[in-house]
Amino acid sequence: MYDVAIIGAGVVGAMIARTLARYEVKICILEKENDVATGATKANSAIVHAGFDAESGTLKAKLNVKGAQMMKKVTEELGVKYRNNGSLVIGFDEEDRKRIEQLFVRGQKNGVEGLAILEKEELKRLEPNISENVVCALHAPTGAIVCPYTLAIAAVGNAMDNGADLKTGFAVCKIEKAEDCYEIYAERERIKAKVIVNAAGLYADEIAKMVGDNSFTITPRRGEYILLDKTCGDLVSHTVFRTPSKLGKGILVSPTVDGNLLTGPTSVDIKDKEEKCTTEEGFAQIIKEANENVKGILYGQTVTSFCGLRATGDSGDFIINAPKPGFINVAGIESPGLSASPAIAEMVKELVEKQGVVLREKAEYNPVRRAMHRFGVADMAEKNAMIKKDRAFGRIICRCEGITEGEILEAIRTNPKPSDLDGVKRRTRTQMGRCQGGFCTPYIIKLLAKELGIEAEEVTKCGGASKLLAGKTKEEIQA
Amino acid sequence: MKDLVIIGGGPAGMSAAIRAYNRGVRDILILERDSALGGILQQCIHDGFGLHKFGEGLTGPEYAARYEEQVKALGIAYKLSTMVLDITEDKVITATNSEEGIFQIKARAVILAMGCRERSKGALNIPGTRPAGIYSAGTAQKLVNLEGYMPGKSVVILGSGDIGLIMARRMTMEGAKVKAVCELMPYSGGLARNIEQCLNDFDIPLKLSHTVVQIHGRERVEGVTVMKVDTDRKPIVGTEDYIECDTLLLSVGLIPENELSKSANILLDKTTAGAVVDQDRHTSCEGIFACGNVLHVHDLVDYVSEEAEIAGESAAAYLQNRNGENINIQIKTDGKIRYTVPQRITKRKDITVYFRVSAVFRNAKICVYEGESLVFFKKKVKLAPGEMESISLSESLLKDGKDLYFTVEEAKV
Repeated sequence: MYDVAIIGAGVVGAMIARTLARYEVKICILEKENDVATGATKANSAIVHAGFDAESGTLKAKLNVKGAQMMKKVTEELGVKYRNNGSLVIGFDEEDRKRIEQLFVRGQKNGVEGLAILEKEELKRLEPNISENVVCALHAPTGAIVCPYTLAIAAVGNAMDNGADLKTGFAVCKIEKAEDCYEIYAERERIKAKVIVNAAGLYADEIAKMVGDNSFTITPRRGEYILLDKTCGDLVSHTVFRTPSKLGKGILVSPTVDGNLLTGPTSVDIKDKEEKCTTEEGFAQIIKEANENVKGILYGQTVTSFCGLRATGDSGDFIINAPKPGFINVAGIESPGLSASPAIAEMVKELVEKQGVVLREKAEYNPVRRAMHRFGVADMAEKNAMIKKDRAFGRIICRCEGITEGEILEAIRTNPKPSDLDGVKRRTRTQMGRCQGGFCTPYIIKLLAKELGIEAEEVTKCGGASKLLAGKTKEEIQA
Repeated sequence: MKDLVIIGGGPAGMSAAIRAYNRGVRDILILERDSALGGILQQCIHDGFGLHKFGEGLTGPEYAARYEEQVKALGIAYKLSTMVLDITEDKVITATNSEEGIFQIKARAVILAMGCRERSKGALNIPGTRPAGIYSAGTAQKLVNLEGYMPGKSVVILGSGDIGLIMARRMTMEGAKVKAVCELMPYSGGLARNIEQCLNDFDIPLKLSHTVVQIHGRERVEGVTVMKVDTDRKPIVGTEDYIECDTLLLSVGLIPENELSKSANILLDKTTAGAVVDQDRHTSCEGIFACGNVLHVHDLVDYVSEEAEIAGESAAAYLQNRNGENINIQIKTDGKIRYTVPQRITKRKDITVYFRVSAVFRNAKICVYEGESLVFFKKKVKLAPGEMESISLSESLLKDGKDLYFTVEEAKV
């Protein structure tokens, strides 16, 4: 019997698990996919918002500002890339200026520090590649960027280091209330938990319905992105937003913590929660608007394009409540959910306590996880010491990102352990460079097969039917 | 300190090393990232290599072996499984391997021979999902020929580059069904002989002016939507054709791998994506030479070897301070000729200029002008972008300071 079962291993579930793992409670994280961080967490803008966007007084506003303040420490402890690059909301006309002034006032009300409105000249000094058509901008020095999927991976890993369990491939299909707990069913398995935290993202409404809570629905809102090569990564140093309008926040242009340039997202409500398709129209919108914001974006340097589905609730705010005894919803966590995630976890901790779970701190609790990219950021002497100890660190497998066999093996052997090619990708950045896995894929398939103790033909891209190989060649079959 | 360090032990690196050795350079080191010499030839098990160079058809590994044997017989030093991480303008090379860790070498001369990589799906922005089963043709080639695995059973190939054509045949021979090769352009990017031998001989349809507009399938590729494109390469509404398949192979172009050249601040040509070089394959950085597919993408390895010999010869001359008469001539092109290698001439000597055209030309005349006057021409029945061309210019044509202008003129039919 678990004290707490967390359904969903996106960044929200992951941060909740990490926060609760500090205490003497038995935790289980349930994830329907083959790996953690495979939903909206792996495909979003990777922004730590300053907190001026959300309507004052909402959970979004409160938790965003608080979460953003916590993020630096959290990422340091978890060894996750984070950069306080500041953000800009640019305006093209006097109407935008009015809106920017409103955002300035709202931001101050929300408690965002250091906000200032910059005029064109000052803005151009700060960001020379910004469009010539700007008139002013809101500067938020506390804005930052972070790697969202490694944040979730590291948070789950840290929770596991502190005793939490993770079950992947556990798609919750039924929840029954027993006398002193809930029984949570997947197709072939069942666990019991006193308290359920529903952090199921797009499927949070369906999970809530399983305990009779029909109070909200979640709509998938598609967001498409185009990611550019590192040669474009320093075109801007700030995250550049457009002035939000009734149509939404529009297309942003931002560096990533790994040095690429990210442009997007589109924003279209769709019906199918699994339909992660990019579209011709989406690409056209991204390219048009990004080019309006910033000069000199070379789309010929595109590395990849992708699509994420935001879990948009119907209340306009985050849905964090306990509709039934022992059942906590953490739903509708769209933007600024990533920014708010550390603060959401704190809030959920308090709700868990209110459900009667006693939270006593563990004596041996360790908030620190070894940095995922420790080899990459090491200096030459440290790298040589690591190569001497383990020769695999001297073998570069991914030539575009300079990732060694040692780093790949370390990722495969570290909790939460990946069991597919995409899992290795998110943990190591192999296949994420300009050749997109052209050179390293065959090698990683073999490495993964060996480590997992399976045949290469069984290795998948992302679990399920996503097998990478269709069998052996004739010669191999005869041999 | 080394006299000559060669980055890359493929056909270009080995040819350059052998030539430099034969011209008297002894202190040579080849750095190769793979666990064997030979580069990409290792996975090219089809034949047709060496027809120009050796007058016989060899497989890729056989062609590579001829050079590897010489490298070994001459005692030229090489390090395998060694990745070069950085090169500076003053020729300090940083590399890593398992035995030595990260180390630095200072070289008096460097030859860049890192080869090229395939353009990936990412660069194409094809709408749809991102399932398993999308491979570049070269990755598929490695899986089939070196690892013994089939990437799929039912295949659509986008792009008619040579590796794609070769893989269409290879996958068919391995029992897969290759349903179509789609080419955006109205002509193939591959060699005419490969269209014949790899597609026509196996009844694999080549759909010119067609492209993949959508990828379907959540976990594994389930199909692609193909459309015909107009003369502006825009899909024509109403021509949608869904092709069921489990694999999409991409053969949509090769890109010279010049990340290291950039680290040394070497001037690059926007069209070739390789270094700007003179007739000696000397880059803008003194003492650094480039050859093979890192300089510009070749369609035949025989020409790679030829070019590498020039680079090896020149590096030796540079190290031995053998200098000819300096001149300064820029070679200029128009849209019809996409690029030339070399791009400039700095020494008076007989030279061969390699180039590619931008479209198919019939009954064509390759013309070289100096100012208004035609100084050289060569007639060709057909010129195609997929086939690299060359012309030889005698040193008597070269006049210091007078730029040469390359173009194609089509005979009126």
